[in-house]
Amino acid sequence: MTTVTLDKAGPRRKVKQGSISRDRAWALRWSYFFLALFAIFSLTPPLYMLITSLKSSAEISAATNPWWVFHPTLGNYVELLTSNQFLRFFWNSAIVSIVVVALTMLISVPAAFALARMKFWGSTALATGVFLTYLIPDSLLFIPLFKMFATFQDWTGIQLLNRWYVLVLVYPTLTVPFCTWIMIGYFASIPKELDEAAIIDGASWFQTLTRIFIPVALPGLIAATIFAFTVSWAQFLYPLVFTTSTDQQVLPVGIITTLIKGDVFNWGQIMTGALLGAAPPLIIYAFLMDYYIAGLTAGATKG
Amino acid sequence: MADVVVGRASVTRSAGVRKRSSLRNAVKHKSTVALLMTLPLIVLISVLVLYPAIYSLHLATLNKSMSRFVGLGNFQFLFKRETFWLVVEQSCIFAITAVIFKALIGFIVAHFVHNIPAKGQRKWRGMLLVPWVIPPAMSTLAWLWLFDPSYSAFNYTLSFLNIGPIPWLGEASWARFSVILVNIWIGAPFFMIMYLAALKSVPDQLYEAASIDGANWWQRIWYVTLPMMRNIIAITTLFSLIVTFANFDIVRILTAGGPLDQTHIFATWAFKVGIEGSDIPLGASVSLFMFPILAIAAIFILRDINKRGNEA
Repeated sequence: MTTVTLDKAGPRRKVKQGSISRDRAWALRWSYFFLALFAIFSLTPPLYMLITSLKSSAEISAATNPWWVFHPTLGNYVELLTSNQFLRFFWNSAIVSIVVVALTMLISVPAAFALARMKFWGSTALATGVFLTYLIPDSLLFIPLFKMFATFQDWTGIQLLNRWYVLVLVYPTLTVPFCTWIMIGYFASIPKELDEAAIIDGASWFQTLTRIFIPVALPGLIAATIFAFTVSWAQFLYPLVFTTSTDQQVLPVGIITTLIKGDVFNWGQIMTGALLGAAPPLIIYAFLMDYYIAGLTAGATKG
Repeated sequence: MADVVVGRASVTRSAGVRKRSSLRNAVKHKSTVALLMTLPLIVLISVLVLYPAIYSLHLATLNKSMSRFVGLGNFQFLFKRETFWLVVEQSCIFAITAVIFKALIGFIVAHFVHNIPAKGQRKWRGMLLVPWVIPPAMSTLAWLWLFDPSYSAFNYTLSFLNIGPIPWLGEASWARFSVILVNIWIGAPFFMIMYLAALKSVPDQLYEAASIDGANWWQRIWYVTLPMMRNIIAITTLFSLIVTFANFDIVRILTAGGPLDQTHIFATWAFKVGIEGSDIPLGASVSLFMFPILAIAAIFILRDINKRGNEA
């Protein structure tokens, strides 16, 4: 890599022997310098979360140097991790995300297989349609959905609003289009000979999917799973609109509505909660970054 | 099928027949199976995306108690309100400024990452992508605390330079700056990673040829990198434009539209009017204004996808 990209970087000012490598060295130094600046910009808020989470309320209101912890304490963590309310939010978030991931995979993998391999009437239009639904944002749909759920309850007596399972119902509208889209891409890249051979050997379409396509497209499947999980874990608008009582809320909304009480901000606890809420995606990402990025660049993502 | 097989000679033929008939069966069942496999997707999209989208058009024509049809009354009402025009203006400022800066920063950072030896790229990429990974609602809380007027880290640090205290979220222009800054922080990594992928796909030979022809650094970017990345730049920018335009989390958590409704964008104002103010029809009308920009972007993206389909 280094030898190939020898003169890819940096303006060449002097045309002298050996100046290429010297310019290259300078370009490298500047690159590192600016990357460090951008890394500081990227990491300041999460680091500040960590710093604040280790402070007691007394230290926060003492207004000493905010960038340093003078008397580190795990009090905030202990308090949150033993509070029933917070554990409830965490549990709700976990159960909603896991069910949504499972549902998403059950819906989008067969659909993507059918759209990628079984050309049928309207399949191209449907694939485009799936992609377009992905562009319709949650902030356009939350009001009609809210009204729909209310009407549904009036008619059937089944309560959807203010129940955590309403989220399981609506999150797939965010995850399924994207996951279907990237799975179509992954499935399309599998050689045609593979499934033709399977069908001739007497395998059903379903067997072709489970025995051949799913194992071969496993990296894509992992990318899609990570996506579905991070999207459901991070969703804020739908739970804010559809759930109100604290025992039904998920983490982001729970932290914001219960830890912020009026004008009293208990920043130590809020930052601890935010950090704990950010932890699952961060941990997954730390181990599966390459899949995550592969998925990100495979289709096209929200940004 | 087995009784068809009589002679020794027909064994091979029967195998052929069986193959052909199973193929024919497969084709016959294909559309049924395909329908079954796509049915959940079709149901999900029609019931929870398409229907509500159309339903919101209907909602927008009702009066506040949803008992009477008022035609375009809600829109007439909106056009007469000063806040509505503020929201239109701020939505455009917010989306366009944020997308331009995200694209610029993403482009620059992608180049720096691409510049350094491949061995260290993973580590830097990992650090720079962190804002993208943290749920926006969580990271925006950290920014809210950083912006805090009395105890915040920003004003504390700036006080050493004899600047401030800056009313980050308390004064209209600073509040607008703040919400845009946070949006850039969250969204720039997405551009960075997309551009980095595009940069890696540019063949090195092109750069070698360019530098042999005496192209300088700027010419290489302008005549080699940019044309090769054109498609990715276009599609990433459009995507980001849609998402930024429809953003909710950041503004809601940082300012909730304040001070004096100066930072409201369509989504947050629709929430305030429709859910908090329980005027569902008016809220639906507000959020419908996001539709034209989505439609325009969708047309461009579709064109791009079709082009990509033809190339493949």
